[in-house]
Parts: sequence; structure tokens; C-alpha cells
Amino acid sequence: MEIQPPENANEHCPGPESEMAGKDDNCAGCPNQKICESLPKGPDPDIPVIAQKLSGVKHKILVLSGKGGVGKSTVASQLAFQLSQSTNEDPEVLESANDLENTSKIASNENEESDLPYNNVGLLDIDITGPSIPIMTGCTDMVVHESASGWVPVYVRENLAVMSIGFLLDSEDSAVIWRGPKKSSLIKQFLRDVDWTDSGDDDGYGDSSSQLDYLIVDTPPGTTDEHLSIVQYLRQAGIDGAVLVTTPQEVSLQDVRKEIDFCRKAKINIIGVIENMAGFVCPHCSHNNTIFTPTTGGAAALCAELNLNFLGQLPLDPRIGRACDSGEQFTAMFPDSLAAVAYKSIVSKIIKLLN
Amino acid sequence: MDRDFKALESIKHIILVLSGKGGVGKSSVSVQIAYALKEQNKKVGILDLDLCGPSIPRMLGVEGSKILQDTNGWVPVYVTPDKGLGVMSIGFLLPDKNSAVVWRGPKKSAMIKQFLTDVYWGDLDYLIIDTPPGTSDEHLSVIENLQNVKPDGAVIVTTPQVVSLVDVRKEINFCKQVNLPVLGLIENMSGYVCENCKECTNIFSTGGGKSLCDELGYKFLGYVPIDPQLGIMLDNPSGKESDDSGSTNSFISAYKSSPLFETFKQIATTIQN
Repeated sequence: MEIQPPENANEHCPGPESEMAGKDDNCAGCPNQKICESLPKGPDPDIPVIAQKLSGVKHKILVLSGKGGVGKSTVASQLAFQLSQSTNEDPEVLESANDLENTSKIASNENEESDLPYNNVGLLDIDITGPSIPIMTGCTDMVVHESASGWVPVYVRENLAVMSIGFLLDSEDSAVIWRGPKKSSLIKQFLRDVDWTDSGDDDGYGDSSSQLDYLIVDTPPGTTDEHLSIVQYLRQAGIDGAVLVTTPQEVSLQDVRKEIDFCRKAKINIIGVIENMAGFVCPHCSHNNTIFTPTTGGAAALCAELNLNFLGQLPLDPRIGRACDSGEQFTAMFPDSLAAVAYKSIVSKIIKLLN
Repeated sequence: MDRDFKALESIKHIILVLSGKGGVGKSSVSVQIAYALKEQNKKVGILDLDLCGPSIPRMLGVEGSKILQDTNGWVPVYVTPDKGLGVMSIGFLLPDKNSAVVWRGPKKSAMIKQFLTDVYWGDLDYLIIDTPPGTSDEHLSVIENLQNVKPDGAVIVTTPQVVSLVDVRKEINFCKQVNLPVLGLIENMSGYVCENCKECTNIFSTGGGKSLCDELGYKFLGYVPIDPQLGIMLDNPSGKESDDSGSTNSFISAYKSSPLFETFKQIATTIQN
């Protein structure tokens, strides 16, 4: 993505990346002049390095949402777990996209049936001030090592690698009180310096020098430094697309519309929208409660309006929260639950849309 | 005192609503505290600092209002005709509700400074500042700019799960580092009563906020259960999309009969002491 001049920029803005940014005659009186002047000039030399580093990664997916707490990290972690248990070209998984009945059966069979190597999955957490991925993948106490080829991510499974600022902090309670530039430089380091190619060990889950099939990037809420930076740094490497997560209320959809606007401005393909926390089945009486009421039609209406893929609804289930708190894979613990079936169908749809 | 911050001199109390985690209910808590204070005959203002995802205008049914300027500065948008509850948010400055504010830190900081210096609140008893999630530019900027006026402190909002509590610990450490007193903690989304069988299920578990308070010695302000009615009230508070009259605001009238109102009246009373 080219960095667009801000909307309130002067006419004939030379562009924030230009050598003359902030100094050009046309910059006089622009509200952004000081900011532009202080930014580094010229193309970033690290961007081609990142493109080179990630050239072998087959699919790069961002998990985005304008709003906080809608389940980005939950979706990202479950997506990563689920992808790491599937093979790239498993025809059954593809076929079952529209066939909910079969997904749980396949899930239980896939261990025996497939000869193809499982997907190598990387999960990168760029929520710098509130990283949740280490908890959700059950590796809070792990540390990141450095090898000759770069930072070695934490391996949750042989073929599922995780990187998060959570692994770099002294204690879980430490606050990361950073302004934008520092956050951006850590994100750059994550992309440039993490060596995703080294497998946890080599017992058949992908060979030891294999590249990632999927890199899932979990983001913080909003449309600000982290988002601009990840898009900018991955500009050359290429992003397959973004999965947007929302809850059914208008207050959340409003923020998601902003995120869609961001994706369009940044020219990121939107893979689809997931509606999380849609309905809650009471464990006592099985009555389906609506907790977050879709007063404006929810994500389905939004997708219809804006011509986006609706990937599906995920119900609220207290067991999801508990599984995430203890770092377990929800879809494997309760494969027959409504939510797990929904998760599997969504993952199959994503695989189908990407391949 | 820095003459830039004259606008804040006439405000008796400034309270920040913080949370490390997103979507735990900062904005809905801000609105409810503000409303409960207003009902106790206080003059209240809400400043929405979530620049990328402003929710307050929608929640209070003043979406689409425009900011006016007079000789004293920007005039906040008043929710009720008696001007007892004023709101300022970037939502009022956007051309349409779908446009994204894609700004990096320095621009956000400049906007926040402007909100703190240029808004003419008049004589307020309480200014509630709603913040975005995290501990980054917005938070540092607001603290920096409030240095001279000494905010009363922060109300911290969490949900009961571990993932949220971990972020809240970070936020508490942030408060310590910037010397912002913690007024107390609210545990939101604690339990849900099934509309059919009345059995309470702890969707996001329960008690996490309370035990964190016990551990760290902070005041626990209360459990707030999940109430789908609140979501409906906040989602579409004017009842219909375009209510130009602005006089009948159904959040204000509907909320009075909500069981949550009692909870927040108590929380507001605790905060005032």
C-alpha cells in the first residue's frame, strides 16, 4: 500500500514518503507538516528484506476488527489450531465446507486418513499492549531463543509456531507503555527477524526446513499504528487477505465498517466476516438466548450490503472462554459442540477461499 | 497553571475509565456512570478519546450531531435539553459514520490535546473520560495533558476471564507508573441469567475482578451482569434511525427502569466518596 496523503493535507501534497515531505512549498500551513518532516524519508530498506524472509509463506492472513473484545485472538488462535490439524489439499475438508454434518467426523478421522503433511502454521500476535495469544495457546511461560537464523518462535505443536511480545516481558503484569514508533519497530522485528522455517522437531509433521503454509496475524483493535505498519511492512511480501471479526450489535458493526474502509484504502482483500458471540444456548435448558442483539441485522446484513463473504456465526459458549484461559484447543476438546462445528465450517471456508 | 488548560479549570472532578482489554464495556460503563451521576443532580460531561472506534455518540443517540463553535471554544453536544450531560467525540467530526480514522500516534495525540484544551465544558461536576483499549499513545497523551489539573483517578473495567484480567494488571501497572490513583474496579459481564429458565450461567466465568481487587487492595465497585436489554438500549437509543427532534431520548428514559441503573447509582455514590 502506498501511504496515502492524509485527508486534510494541502493540495499538491508531495506524499508523506517523499524526500520533500514537510519541506515542500506546498506543505506550508499543512496541519501534518511537522509529522511529515520528522518521519524517515524514502522507501524503507527493510521491506524487501521482509518480503524475502516471508517469500516461502504460502498464505498470510490478518485477523482484524475495528472493535476490541469481539474475539479476534480467540478466532486467530482457534483458526491456527484448526489449520495446523488440516492438510493443505485435503479434499474432504474442502467438500465439507457446506456440509456441517460431516465436519466432526472428518476431524476425528483426519489423523489416520491423510498422507499429506499437516499445514505448518505460524501465529503472530501484534497486539503489543495487550497480548492474549500466549495465554490462549497455553505457552505463557515460554521464552524466545535466538539462533543464527533469527528469533526462534515458541512451538505449541510441532507444526504450530507462535510469536508474541508476551514472550519478551519480564512478568505477565508488566505494562508495555509504548507510543506508535516503538510498537512499529517491534512489529518490523517480528517480521524481519523471526525464523519461522525451523520446525519444532522432525517427526513427520512437515520437514525441518519447511516453510509456513499459513501465517496468521492477530491484531489489536482499531485502525492505527500497528495496522498501518503491518500493512506497510508486508506490502511487498503480499497479504492474502483479512478475516474480520465482529459481534452482532450495531456498536461493533460500526467499527467494523471503519475497518472495511481501512482495508479498502489499504487495498487489502477481505476474505470474509465472522459474527462472534451470536446467541447463547443455556446449558441448563437449551434455550437459545440473544445476548448481543443484532438491531441492524448483524454481520449477515453488513455482508449483503457491502458484498462481502459471510463466513458464519459463532455462538457464545462458556467453554470457549475456559478453553482459551487455559490455552486449550476448544474445537478438539468439544468437537461436537455447536461452536466447534461452526469453527470447523468457518476454517474450511477460509481454506477454500484461499486455495 | 498552563493557560492552555483553562477549559478544564472549571471542572471539579475528572475520572478516567480505563481497561487494558477491548470490548469489556468501557464505553457502556462510562455512559452509565455519567448518567447515574446526572441523576444525582450533577453536571456531567463525557469525553470520548477512542479515536479509531468512537462508540459514545451512538450509545447516547446523538450520532450525526455536529459540533458548534462559540467564542469560548467547541461546544459539546448535549444529550438532554437541560444540558446536564454533554458529550465530545471524534464521531461528531467525521464526514460519515463509515469513514475510518487511520491515524498514527502523533495525530491522535494532537487531537486529544485539542479535545482537552478547546472544548468549553462550562461548570462541570464530573468529566468522565472514556479511553480506547491498551496503554499507548492516547493514554500517555491524556495523562500528559492532564498533569496540571490532577484527575481524581481511574475506574478500571474488566470482564472475569483470565485473558482480560492479565491486561487489566498491565493497566494497573500503567496507572502506578504515571501516578494515577485507581478509584476502583468494575467486573462487567459477570454472569448471564437465562431468559427462559432464569438459571445464571457465567459465560465469561465470574469473580476474577473481585479477587484481583482483594489481592491488590483496590476498592471493588461491583459486579455488573450481562443484560441484553442494555445492549439494545445502547445500540439504538433513539428508537429509530433519524430522530431529528432530539428531545425524546429513549436511552435516558428506558435506562431508569433497568435493573442496572440501581447498580450504577451505587457505583456512582461510591465514586463520589
